[in-house]
Amino acid sequence: MTTETMVLNILEDITGAENLAAELNTDLFDEGILDSLASVQLLVELENQCGVAVPISEFDRSEWGTPQQIIDQVTQLQN
Amino acid sequence: MVSWLNSFPYLTPYEKPFYFILIALFFIPSIIYSLKGKRLTGYQAFLTLFFLWISFAGPNKTQGLALIGYLIWQVVVSKLYFNYRQQANQSGWFYLSVLLSIVPMFLIKLLPIFTQQAPLVNHGQPLFYFLGYSYLTFKSVQVIMETRDGQIKELKIKDYVNFLVFFPTISAGPIDRFRRFTTNYYQHPDHDTYVKLLGKGINYIFLGILYKFIIGYLLGSLLLPVIQNEALNGSMLFLGSLGYMYVYSFYLFFDFAGYSLFAVGVSYLLGYETPMNFNKPFIAQNIKDFWNRWHMSLSFWFRDYVYMRLMFTLIKKKVFKSRIVASNIGYFALFLIMGVWHGLTWYYIAYGLFHATAICVNDAWLRYKKKHKGQLPSNHWTKALAIFITFNTVCFSLLIFSGFFDLVIKQFFTI
Repeated sequence: MTTETMVLNILEDITGAENLAAELNTDLFDEGILDSLASVQLLVELENQCGVAVPISEFDRSEWGTPQQIIDQVTQLQN
Repeated sequence: MVSWLNSFPYLTPYEKPFYFILIALFFIPSIIYSLKGKRLTGYQAFLTLFFLWISFAGPNKTQGLALIGYLIWQVVVSKLYFNYRQQANQSGWFYLSVLLSIVPMFLIKLLPIFTQQAPLVNHGQPLFYFLGYSYLTFKSVQVIMETRDGQIKELKIKDYVNFLVFFPTISAGPIDRFRRFTTNYYQHPDHDTYVKLLGKGINYIFLGILYKFIIGYLLGSLLLPVIQNEALNGSMLFLGSLGYMYVYSFYLFFDFAGYSLFAVGVSYLLGYETPMNFNKPFIAQNIKDFWNRWHMSLSFWFRDYVYMRLMFTLIKKKVFKSRIVASNIGYFALFLIMGVWHGLTWYYIAYGLFHATAICVNDAWLRYKKKHKGQLPSNHWTKALAIFITFNTVCFSLLIFSGFFDLVIKQFFTI
C-alpha cells in the first residue's frame, strides 16, 4: 500500500469522512473534519501503521491541515 | 540626580498614559532601524532592561528580586534537562523537570494558604511573587516539553531569558512559542513586512486604548458597581444578576482584549509577531469554537501541552476502551487544571468544571449531528440560535468566574 492510500484510509477511519482522495486540498480543521481528539488519534495510528513517530509539538495545524499536507509530511518523515 | 531618581516613574505595564509616552519616545531609534529591516539588538536589550526596571524596581523591588531568582531557577532546570535530553530520553527525568519548572508557581499559590496570617513579605504578596509569574511558567514548561519532543535543537541561555522576559507580554501574555519567538529574534522582518507591522501595531495600540481605557472603564468602573449594588442590595436580585452577567462578560472581554492588543501592538513595533489572543469570541457557534477565539494563546497552550499529550498517552496505552470516555476525562482534567491555575478559590474551580461539562455536551451534540447528517435543519436561523445559546452559556460561566455568587452567598446566607 502506498503512503497516500494508507494515510487516507487512516483519516477516513478516524473521521468518518468519505472519499478524501477527491479533496486533497480541503482544510480539515476549517471543515470540522479534524479536531484535537481526531489529530491525536491520527498521530497514534501513524505511529502504529506507518511507523512514523510525530511529536505533538511538531503537529502544527498550518502544516498538517489538508490530506495532501499530511501525506507529504508522512512521506518526508519516512525517508 | 537623587531627586530625579526619586521621581522615577515606576509603573506596571500599560497602567497609565505615561507608559505609552515612554514607549513612543524610547522606541524611536529602534523603529528607525527596523524600517531598514534590521534589529538594533543592543538597544532593544537596553529597552528590555529599562521597561523591566520601570515595573520591577523601586516600590516593586521585591518582585524584581523574585523575578531574577525565578529566571536563574528556570535556566538551571531547562539547561540541565536539555543537556540530559541530548544523551537520553527517560520519562522520569522529563516529568521531574516539568515538576521542578512548576514548583515556583505552586509555592506562590500555596504558601499564602499555609502561612495564612503570617506577614507577607512582598508588599502584601506571597513570597517569590512577581507580576506575570504564571505566564512565565507556561513558557518555561513549554520549553521543557518541546525539548523532550526534540523540537528545540539548541537552547542558548540568552535566547531563553530573552524569550521569558520579553517585556511587552511579561505581565499577562499572550503566551508566545519559543521557536517562533527565536526565529523573529534572529530574522528581523524585512522593510516591507515591518512597515505593515508598524501600521498594524499602532492601530492595535489605539484600538486597545478604546477597548481598555474607554469601553472597559465605562463598563467595569462605572456601570458594574451600580448594577452590583442594585442586584445585592436592591430588590432586583434576578434581573440585577442577569445585568451583571452581561456587563461583566463584556467588561472582561474589553479589558483583557484591550490589554492583549497593547501587548501584540508593542511587540509588532519591536519586530516580533506575538500571536493574537482574541478573535470575536462572542460570535462563536459552539463552546469549542469559543475556546478557539477566547484567550487563544492560553487555550492553545492547554490544547497542545496538556490535552493532546494526555490523550496521546491514554489512547496509545488503551487506558479506556471508549475514546469518548477518554476524551471527556481529558476535558475534565484540562479545565480543572485551568480552573485551579486561575486560583484556589471555589468559583474558579466551578468555572472549570462548568466548561468541562459544556464541552462534553457540545461533543455529544456534534456526534449526534454527524450521525444524523442531512436530517437536521441548517440555515441562518439555526446558526443564530447556536450563537445565542453559546453566548449565554459563556456569559453564565463568566458570571461564575467573576465571584458574583460568592458575594450573593455572603450577602444572603451568612449571619
